[in-house]
Amino acid sequence: MGGPDGMQGRVAVQGLVKRFGPVNAVDHVSLEVSSGEFLALLGPSGSGKTTILMAIAGFEYPDEGRILIGGEEVTWAPPNRRNLGMVFQRYTLFPHMSVLENIAFPLKMRGVGRAEREERARAALATVRLGQMGGRKPAQLSGGQQQRVAIARAIVYRPRVLLMDEPLSALDKNLREEMQIEIKHLQREIGITVIFVTHDQTEALTMADRVAVLDHGRLQQLGAPRELYEAPETVFVAGFVGETNFCEGRLARPAARGEAVMVALDGGGTMPAIAAQALPAGGRIKVALRPERLRVLPADGEGGTARVTEAIYAGNATTLMLEGQGGQRLRARVPAGAGLHEPRPGEAVRLSWQPADARAFPA
Amino acid sequence: MALNAAAYAVTVFLLLPTLIIAPMSVGPERLLSFPPKGFSLRWYAAYFEDRDWLRATLFSAEAGLISAVCATVIGTMLALALVRGRLPGKGLIELLVIGPVIVPHIALAVAMFLVFEQLRLTGTLLGFAMAHTVLALPFVVFTLLAALYRFDVELERAALSCGAGPLRAFRHVTLPLIAPGLVSAALFAFIISFDEAVVSFFISDLDRKTLPRKMFEDIDFNISPTLAAVATMLTALTILALLLGFGLKRGLERRARAAGTAAEAGP
Repeated sequence: MGGPDGMQGRVAVQGLVKRFGPVNAVDHVSLEVSSGEFLALLGPSGSGKTTILMAIAGFEYPDEGRILIGGEEVTWAPPNRRNLGMVFQRYTLFPHMSVLENIAFPLKMRGVGRAEREERARAALATVRLGQMGGRKPAQLSGGQQQRVAIARAIVYRPRVLLMDEPLSALDKNLREEMQIEIKHLQREIGITVIFVTHDQTEALTMADRVAVLDHGRLQQLGAPRELYEAPETVFVAGFVGETNFCEGRLARPAARGEAVMVALDGGGTMPAIAAQALPAGGRIKVALRPERLRVLPADGEGGTARVTEAIYAGNATTLMLEGQGGQRLRARVPAGAGLHEPRPGEAVRLSWQPADARAFPA
Repeated sequence: MALNAAAYAVTVFLLLPTLIIAPMSVGPERLLSFPPKGFSLRWYAAYFEDRDWLRATLFSAEAGLISAVCATVIGTMLALALVRGRLPGKGLIELLVIGPVIVPHIALAVAMFLVFEQLRLTGTLLGFAMAHTVLALPFVVFTLLAALYRFDVELERAALSCGAGPLRAFRHVTLPLIAPGLVSAALFAFIISFDEAVVSFFISDLDRKTLPRKMFEDIDFNISPTLAAVATMLTALTILALLLGFGLKRGLERRARAAGTAAEAGP
């Protein structure tokens, strides 16, 4: 434990493989989390994100690979010897103990004396702003309060790493957003490393320093929220993180990663884009383009490229449903108050975009 | 309505013999008769004055306590292994546990007699404790399986993540929460042993016998109303034990569920 060593809170997952029968729940995943960092493991259900967390926690043992915490290998150490804090999806407070007894439990297990135990438990309870609730039983608290108690219980012994398994998914939307901010503040305040599992991409983008996107047990991309959103490296990431238009087509010649290409769309016409990965010649291509990066201009005679089928007004922006010449369906988002052209349904429009915003992937 | 009436009729039919035995036990005559021609507690007094009856009662109580403890401890471990363990042949083990319920008691009794006779275990406390533990085990295991399936395993994981080893997680978290099931299981086991007649009949000997066996002998040799007095007390004891167990279980459940209105002050 001790001071801010810079090493203590580091977590490394190396070549992790976990099989359930014939399925690779986790397929050669490696990632490193530095001390004090907030990492989100993001993916749909069955992507392996929870299995990775359970392997770090010690509730699952990997078939291959190693896990290091604070530079020390813990792959085979039992959960109670890893000195981690853990917050579960369902609050999992001990129903027969009071709130204060729940929070003091990890201290009791570490042989801390009664007086110090109570003092530290009270301090932890104050940290999660539930100072008055110590004498209650968990069943007397609301879901949000219970989850705060669970967090207090997980940080009371000052672990260097806090694992959270979809801790907010059982809460309603407003409370969830409030808790997201609260957890983020708490994490900065006590400088703890957090590994946070979620299937909610907004949650991952708003809370995490870096996000690891997983699909079918494979690490798709690991990067800052902005990187994931603006420069997705796989079709899956492009589709899973944020809203995206996909246009399908072919490529005449091969292209290296980052190269500008012209994709021949299935419905006719071409589309300038950049290759997000190395692209083979003649292969099927998917181009991803964010709705807000698609600029909608008045048709000026020279080839109106799309027709507006619907305009959905949402206050801060209007979403346009468009149909391209080749029958492709696209969405565009026009922010309000920027003086941009807001066409009506039925109107022909011209579409424009920066080739760098259109990312071509092998389909 | 008709169904209700039928249910009551069956209940009365089943309970009637038990209810008749009580008035018979307070009759003053030397022979069992109904209705009693007066009121007297002499047959109760006779029971408490008879060393044979008291010895048999004490022996039954000892066997009952020991087998209740053994069956509860072994049954809890077995139920835990069946629920949590990844052991092969789970189905086979479950089948073996149900065994004593399915196999006719008389067959079990003969088998035990033959084995115990070889090992000189007939008429010993150890022999009775072993036999009754086997008979009580299925009830203990199934009571605890139900309790463990209702128990949220994630609470154990939470305890482990708090730094508790598996044993301490069990003691501080699992055990208090399955305590109601544990209490009913132990009571069940005690009553099964205390009431057991068939196997006891075979593995008793002349001076070490349980209460039910002693009652059998009395029917054969001298049908005195003492028998009715003993039967009445046995029924009362069983009802008392069940009520006690029920109350205890309710109390523990209330503690485990921990609802209600606890004070807002510190513990």
